[in-house]
Amino acid sequence: MRVHVDPDKCQGHNRCYALAPELFDVDDLGNAHELNDGLVPADLQAKARLAAANCPEYAIGVEEDS
Amino acid sequence: MSAHHPPVTDWATDFDHTDATWVGDPYPIWEALRTTCPVARSERYGGTWLPVTHENVAAVAYDTEHFTSRSVVVSEVRPGPEDLPAPIGVAPPITSDPPFHALARRLLLPPFAPKKVEALEAFTRELCNELLDEMAGRNPLDAALDYAQHIPVRVIVKMLGFPQDDAPFFRRFIHFVLEEVDMPAEQRIELGAEFDAYINARIDEHIAHPRDDLTSYLLDVELDGNKLSREHVQGTMVLLLVAGIDTTWSAIGASLWHLARNPADRRRMVDEPGIWGTAIEELLRAYAPVTMARLVAQDFEFEGCPMKEGDWVLLPFPAANRDPDFFPKADEVVLDRAENRHAAFGLGIHRCLGSNLARMELRVALEEWMKRYPEFELVDPATVTWSAGQVRGPRSIPVRIL
Repeated sequence: MRVHVDPDKCQGHNRCYALAPELFDVDDLGNAHELNDGLVPADLQAKARLAAANCPEYAIGVEEDS
Repeated sequence: MSAHHPPVTDWATDFDHTDATWVGDPYPIWEALRTTCPVARSERYGGTWLPVTHENVAAVAYDTEHFTSRSVVVSEVRPGPEDLPAPIGVAPPITSDPPFHALARRLLLPPFAPKKVEALEAFTRELCNELLDEMAGRNPLDAALDYAQHIPVRVIVKMLGFPQDDAPFFRRFIHFVLEEVDMPAEQRIELGAEFDAYINARIDEHIAHPRDDLTSYLLDVELDGNKLSREHVQGTMVLLLVAGIDTTWSAIGASLWHLARNPADRRRMVDEPGIWGTAIEELLRAYAPVTMARLVAQDFEFEGCPMKEGDWVLLPFPAANRDPDFFPKADEVVLDRAENRHAAFGLGIHRCLGSNLARMELRVALEEWMKRYPEFELVDPATVTWSAGQVRGPRSIPVRIL
């Protein structure tokens, strides 16, 4: 699984970083980006989906393994 | 309560956000409008619109072309020729439009980014405990007047480097800005002048003696190689004070009011520390304090409504947060709600700049209160009073410690 934060949509609500700091970080302006090229370890997949489901701006894409 | 306007009898055609019914409990009004008139109209304040669904609130928030942020508080005073014109506005960046907005906002983001806010947590916790110590031994006490109302004002005053003793003065001014919106224009302008004089004195003092605080940061920071104009600094300081105080005070107060009335939720907060992450967001969703506003920038049709340039548009994020088409069980507080794309801090480019600070203050204020007083109840639900206007929160919450 991979996650990706769309920088054009992210407004710095900080919900993903609060819910899944293993997968997302924030910069000095408070805008989020994915860590480790967005690769999500198996044990963090639920957290990744949760972070995406809490983004008010729909800025987080989740690419499930096919 | 509205001191100057007649009571509302028809919410679809004559709404007023300072009406006693709205102030007491606005949720049934929004619920009824959602099915009958999702964009309501009122001739009050010179013409005002009110979208109440999540979809329409979001659409207005994202459309910065048809809706300007030049003024974000609906009152009898529209921005006049003496005010800074768009795109800057009187209190940048909240009153700014693109493209200037992004520049003004960028300057302010760093001091409010999550990692900067973490550094203020210890001060906030200490402040909460100081307030709780002062209240110790008294029963009943007032969760709003003795506790919630003091927290955000003292944090922002510390950030700006103003005297802590001036906190009550700010609360009074902010009450006028946000709640007495239906007072006559001349009186409103006079009060604004008094506050401007105060802010100017603080600016002069910081120019003479720069120090490590947000005021000196604003005086020093550069935009396109130039320092900010005095009007810009002044406007931003007013914004930080107005936006940073009533709002978070309201969120803390409303959360304590909820817990005072819901013993099961109180116990969950104590017994299940793991629930705090979702619980704080759920309290923010259910009791979002802030309704924003826009002015229509140009004549156009929105959802079948003929909007005219200069019309006000109320932007009730608290109504969006209770839309059952967007949130299942929207009117219930579900402390472990997993999916929660709430709009308590707005949507789009004007996302509340202080959201990280507000969230920290809310969490710390509740943590320290619950440590001290895990069991408490309302003395009498009828004695709780609520603010009027665009920031909704309890202004007095008499509680009995059990």
